[in-house]
Amino acid sequence: MCDRRSAHGGGEVFATDGPEATRRLAARLIERFGKDAIFALHGELGAGKTCLVQGMARALGVREPVTSPTFALVHEYDGAAPLTHIDLYRLADEGEILELGWDELLERPGIKAIEWAERAAALLPDGTVHVTLDAGDAPERRCVRVWRVEAGA
Amino acid sequence: MRLPHRRRALAAPTPLYPSGAPAGNAAGRRNRVTTARVWPLLAPMRVLGIETSCDETAAAVVEDGRVRASRVRSQVRDHAPFGGVVPELASRRHVEALPGLLAEALREAGLAWSDLDLIAVTAGPGLAGALLVGVGAAQALHAATGLPLAAVHHLQGHLHSVFLGPDAPDPMRVYPMLVLLVSGGHTGLVRVAAPGRQAWIGRTLDDAAGEALDKGATLLGLGYPGGPAIERAARGGDPARHAFPRGRIAGSEAPTGGLDPELCLSFSGLKTALRYYLRDHPEARGGTALRDTAAAYQEAVIDALCARVGAALGRERYAALAGVGGVARNGRLRSRLGEIAATAGIPLLLAAPDWCTDNAAMIAAAAGAGLGRPVPDPAALDVRPNWPL
Repeated sequence: MCDRRSAHGGGEVFATDGPEATRRLAARLIERFGKDAIFALHGELGAGKTCLVQGMARALGVREPVTSPTFALVHEYDGAAPLTHIDLYRLADEGEILELGWDELLERPGIKAIEWAERAAALLPDGTVHVTLDAGDAPERRCVRVWRVEAGA
Repeated sequence: MRLPHRRRALAAPTPLYPSGAPAGNAAGRRNRVTTARVWPLLAPMRVLGIETSCDETAAAVVEDGRVRASRVRSQVRDHAPFGGVVPELASRRHVEALPGLLAEALREAGLAWSDLDLIAVTAGPGLAGALLVGVGAAQALHAATGLPLAAVHHLQGHLHSVFLGPDAPDPMRVYPMLVLLVSGGHTGLVRVAAPGRQAWIGRTLDDAAGEALDKGATLLGLGYPGGPAIERAARGGDPARHAFPRGRIAGSEAPTGGLDPELCLSFSGLKTALRYYLRDHPEARGGTALRDTAAAYQEAVIDALCARVGAALGRERYAALAGVGGVARNGRLRSRLGEIAATAGIPLLLAAPDWCTDNAAMIAAAAGAGLGRPVPDPAALDVRPNWPL
């Protein structure tokens, strides 16, 4: 099970027992934080970040496959709200992230889901919802920690 | 020394697409196919190709489908410390490398600018900043020489790469052709009904095969690019040592965009499986055990690809099977595809290793075969980072 005390600095911890549970959790996150939220996703290679975004897409009724944006950097989908899927894996520093048209990307309507968001730590606006996926006690399990940085916090 | 060709005396560039059909509609596609067959009968066609969509800068000269010169500068070493392509770095390196490569390609071909008939440039898909370097160069060359431009889809170039070798297959005998396309961010099966008429019939629903290899190599501490690194590390290893998942579709309800789920792939579970295997078996990272781990991981990627190829061949009678793109350089994948094609009794067309990875020869040759998109107003040509196939 997940250690709930690990949710220091507020926030909540959810235990998921497989990719499907992670996708369902993604739908709940959209309900909770709304269809214009910015989600900063953290977790190692294979932690399930893309899986979480697939759950968001499904909740929004997106019909296309949600593939890894590692190569193209940004993928956009149309659903009940637009979904912008951003991957910073290949970007080396903040200069390159800004080159991506960062401000414009974040001002778009709809959900913004950012993988490897820690690479843009200083560039994330107030109100960003952080989601960290950590290994659980079995290979398919994850501890998902969710917290939000409010303005002035 | 070549004799000057009669047509060189004409000052005005001969229109490449005499029909002048607008690109994109059905009529345009038909006309392009017609042009592809008729044009070589009219005059030899010399195409300069430019490719800068990702981390290879490339220039080439192709004459009537034969490669006269091909130059590629890879940025692999520049990107290795980052474990992947770094986009801004890519653009800067393209700017530095392209002028020299263009001059070298022309010199190697023994041609002058005035000997060329067409400039072909990759306009997408790819990294916007990287594509802009090639397109900008093509626009400048058009302004300086008056040569017409053709915008080529990067994957159209890969699909054409099996026709580049000296023993290129007879294009009349290979369609419909099933192509395993494994290049950059793209992984899937393409059904090619005729030149320029193609569609995805299956594709990855998450990571590309090359990405699975790159990220697997990172987890194994093997460096970048991951495909060759894993292939080297796997030499002599036992692929049966551990059974990694074969790219099955987790949760059958995953949307496939209308494609047959049994022809689609998923690699994200494989990456996760490797990560947990290494956590639980730290010894699998080193020594001879690393050989086995790398071999087992590589086998899982290749098995996943080959299973979809086999399924597609079971759905329809194809005239040929082809393998293109960077991952098609993998020796193990090439021999497995050979077995599949032999069982199916159809020819296997594998892009030569030099034409698997990104190059400009395939771009020039595709344009020369009428598979590019004519650019009526070169100054307005824009890049298309998300150009669909």
